[in-house]
Amino acid sequence: MLDNMDMKTALGETLAEEMRKNSSLVLVGADLMGANGTWPLHGEFPDRVINVGIAEANMVGVAAGLAACGKLPVCDTFAAFMARRDYDQVFISVAYAGLNVKLIGSDPGVAAEMNGGTHMSFEDVALMRTIPTMTVVEPCDCAQLRQAVKAMLEVKGPVYLRLYRKKPHKIYEDGCRFSLGRADCLTQGRDATVIAAGMMVWNALQAAEQLNQEGIHLRVLNMHTIKPLDKAAIILAAQETGAIVTAENANYFNGLGSAVAEVIAENSLSVPFQRVGVRDQFGEVGGTSYLMERFQLTASDIAQAVKSCLKRRQIH
Amino acid sequence: MLQNNKVLSLEETAIALRKTLLTTIYKAQSGHPGGSLSSADLMTVLYFDELRLRPHQPKWPERDRFVLSKGHVCPVLYACLAMRDFFPMEELDHLRKFGSILQGHPDMKRTPGVDISTGSLGQGVSCAVGMAIANRRDQNPGRVFCLLGDGETNEGQVWEAAETASKYQLDNLILLVDHNGLQNDGTCQDIMPPRDLAEKFRAFGFQTYQIDGHSIPAILDVFERIRAHQGGQPYAVIAKTVKGRGVSFMENVVAWHGQAPNEQEYLQAIQEIEEGLS
Repeated sequence: MLDNMDMKTALGETLAEEMRKNSSLVLVGADLMGANGTWPLHGEFPDRVINVGIAEANMVGVAAGLAACGKLPVCDTFAAFMARRDYDQVFISVAYAGLNVKLIGSDPGVAAEMNGGTHMSFEDVALMRTIPTMTVVEPCDCAQLRQAVKAMLEVKGPVYLRLYRKKPHKIYEDGCRFSLGRADCLTQGRDATVIAAGMMVWNALQAAEQLNQEGIHLRVLNMHTIKPLDKAAIILAAQETGAIVTAENANYFNGLGSAVAEVIAENSLSVPFQRVGVRDQFGEVGGTSYLMERFQLTASDIAQAVKSCLKRRQIH
Repeated sequence: MLQNNKVLSLEETAIALRKTLLTTIYKAQSGHPGGSLSSADLMTVLYFDELRLRPHQPKWPERDRFVLSKGHVCPVLYACLAMRDFFPMEELDHLRKFGSILQGHPDMKRTPGVDISTGSLGQGVSCAVGMAIANRRDQNPGRVFCLLGDGETNEGQVWEAAETASKYQLDNLILLVDHNGLQNDGTCQDIMPPRDLAEKFRAFGFQTYQIDGHSIPAILDVFERIRAHQGGQPYAVIAKTVKGRGVSFMENVVAWHGQAPNEQEYLQAIQEIEEGLS
């Protein structure tokens, strides 16, 4: 079932609530605030919504200056711009400087749809998680987004929030529990584990249903916080289910899959492991369902990866 | 008479500042003397007259903030901060050394009195704009001064920030351009002609001044004019300077952008500065 609301609307509503409570909270955008649901807040908070025009690097620098003076700035633009175009500003003016700036990147991965390959950020998570002190969060639906935004504002330091801005599949109920850095176990299976984030959580749940009919019981972990990663949940999943598949709407280099692989390798967890993700390709124009097929990100692709892991386990 | 005494005293301070920053670079055997010397007179008037600061309360919320957007000339900033007692003078001996509070580029997490971390050119100007917006929103009387290089204006972010400063009518923001005419690879004219910087900032909506950046009276005067001016515009001061100013063999020589003097060069430089070229 689809949520009854766009995630950008949920974002705008949540930020408005928080702005009413916290007078230091300010929004800084670069002419995509309309796309991201933050521009309507300009009406209620004319002095606290700053639009610097089409100048994303400057947006991040201005936010850093605001933070240096005690403000709590939240920047938003497309994920492709936040990560690629602003990387040096995010690295130095924000993170290296130790400033408390929140960064929201929308239209992650295939969600950029008809904007095509230039706008398709398959690398934003990889880039952001390599910046020291950066927290990386990717909520999967409106209810989780609301909690994630509140949690993000509590963090003392930079946070990158990867935002799907349209109507998502509904997974959580309003007021759900959200614990930053703690994965949510959505299904309790013990045959294998799928670790997913953002849009891929729904696909993982669909894969779990498909496999259930074949007698394979999946554990689905929603790894909404990609950094700091919930290592304990990964170790437990490896020990209890004996096979791990990751699912990310991104290049399968250096993102969620790589982060999980690091934990598996460094903890000598000898379990079959496979990544579902974009196999080092550029994006292209298409609707989400087409692109998920095109880049092998569907529920069936996840189910296939699980079966492949189970086969490898039998052989050993 | 009072004004004359002030000028004389600041000119003496400028000599002491030049000696201190060169000694710092010499001891580190690493650093950027050229741009440190070209901005030394501007920095003298800022740190010893114009900026409202509390050295023993470096994070005083109502202070005037200073952004060194051309972060590589941090020896001149560190020397000012030490001479103003933000930290002991002995710390200058540790510039660019392991574990030092004085990193190769300004680091606000380590150095008392550094208001923002810089090092990648162009970024400081945006940060200064953000600070000025924050102070404006809070009705905080603190102003924001930002020193940038003429070569630095090659960076597009400078102009993105300038547009924003103008849009938000930041008359609490003063950009100082150290217009020494040289950049890393050669003269500005050869590498990327800056054209008329005053005209450019004027076109971006700034109240603009052009001064001799080595004349203490001219620098004092421009700050006085800015304080007296009310126009709802940000300010840009284009200060014509000489890279390496005060040391004959460094003046207008590109190679002294980022090179430390050897012992003989250092001793000659100190002697020339004491004799008071500037």
